[in-house]
Amino acid sequence: MNAAVESAVADAHRRKWAFVLAATVRVAGDIDVAEECVQDAYARALATWPTAGIPAKPGAWLTTVARRRAIDVARRVSTHGRALPLLVERVTSSVAEGPGPSHVTDDRLRLIFTCCHPALATDAQVALTLRLVGGLSTPEVARAFLVREATMAARITRAKKKIGAARIPYRVPPIEELPARIDAVLNVVHLIYTTGHTAPVGSDLVRPDLVERAHDLARMLWALLPGDAEVASLLALVLLTDARRSARLADDGRLVLLADQDRSRWDHGAIREGAALVREALRGRPPGRFALMAAIAAVHSQSGSWDATDWAEIVGLYDLLLHIWPSPVVALNRAVAVGLADGPAAGLAALDTLATEPLLATYSYLAAARADFLRRLGRAGEARAAYEEALLLSENAVERAFLADRLAQVKS
Amino acid sequence: MAEYLVLIYEDEAAWEDTAPGTLDEMMKGHQLFGQRNAANLRGGNALQPTTTATSLRRDAAGGFVVTDGPFAETKEALGGYYLIEATDLDEALALAKQIPAPLGGVEVRPIRVFD
Repeated sequence: MNAAVESAVADAHRRKWAFVLAATVRVAGDIDVAEECVQDAYARALATWPTAGIPAKPGAWLTTVARRRAIDVARRVSTHGRALPLLVERVTSSVAEGPGPSHVTDDRLRLIFTCCHPALATDAQVALTLRLVGGLSTPEVARAFLVREATMAARITRAKKKIGAARIPYRVPPIEELPARIDAVLNVVHLIYTTGHTAPVGSDLVRPDLVERAHDLARMLWALLPGDAEVASLLALVLLTDARRSARLADDGRLVLLADQDRSRWDHGAIREGAALVREALRGRPPGRFALMAAIAAVHSQSGSWDATDWAEIVGLYDLLLHIWPSPVVALNRAVAVGLADGPAAGLAALDTLATEPLLATYSYLAAARADFLRRLGRAGEARAAYEEALLLSENAVERAFLADRLAQVKS
Repeated sequence: MAEYLVLIYEDEAAWEDTAPGTLDEMMKGHQLFGQRNAANLRGGNALQPTTTATSLRRDAAGGFVVTDGPFAETKEALGGYYLIEATDLDEALALAKQIPAPLGGVEVRPIRVFD
């Protein structure tokens, strides 16, 4: 086996997995069988490419091998003999996206919509998407969410069983259901991204594996549904926020806040691409949730410095976002922006209106934001108590180190 | 095609506080549902309230313990059901959304088929 083959197979795994699996599911009529056939195809690639050479189109080669194998399996075990065949739509439907390459429905979309069906629990949707669309193994998915492998395996098995038993169809939803169903898919990809962007628990601030999968998924969705402004906006949001990744940690591993980041270390190519997508998404439509979040990220990305940030613009965007997406976390971010626009006293007042919000009671960022405004106001005693509360609630080692640092500062 | 049982769960106690005419309106809703979806309906019934239920459980001695009341005490209780036929879960859910259940909701369960 040579290095070129290994890297070609790894590349095909990352780029083509969903394509190969989605096309194979259609023939196999069964997700588990399709997965096995696709795994076999990748194994065959590793075995045969060193002598036969790397094919010009590895994705097409893998698809042909996996589908041929699926047909063999299907011949031996007739679908009628199986208790729970997957409900593969026989007629080809198309998403009404107007003319263009997206007019023909890609099997990957069927796979994505099946994984993110609202009849499945969100954690099952996330697990299935990473496993079937992202090509992660069950141990990898388990590690990403810090749950035991057996727990994750059971979660994935249960979800696959429900797809078969309840007959969740393998198809792209009809046009009238499409917006809500796309929103569910975006939700899953966004959840994967945010879990990777700041890991809820553990020693690392960022989980690059999850961030990169979310990036790949967002880009794939955008390629498949280029006419959808929210899809474009999610890709923009990922590009714009992930562009700051290398500036978020100091050389000694400490957290660097947006205010203190070396903006020359940001990925300006990603920012340009993200900002262009946001501009396009905001054109002539009432902006959706992801468009507004991406627009906020774009304001930060395009400010030359923290002090030059247009906080009034950011507060305005949060107001719009809160109007269409009234979540306590959005209200919290808005309150922080108010404090930066109008001073810490105004920010604190805005935060205090959220003090009784049950969904924020265990959210470390509320306490951390209060602590910061109290510190700026010189109310050291209260700031200390708030930092201590935030420390109790945060389970990310890098964030905890930052909070402990700040706590020591207000104590001295 | 597949069959699904749609279980209607509602808050029985809340019926007492509803405006007069609510029950009539709901009955009309069920009639309308039946007319519109006759092709997909395989059966259905309304149940008497849980105060009329009798539950049986095996006891350690091999006999039965008989209790006055439903199997599980819940705020929303099973009050009726439909047996429907649909091509897939999406169609079943679309049908279930039309069932009137103003004081609760419905649960959609695929019927198990044995080979």
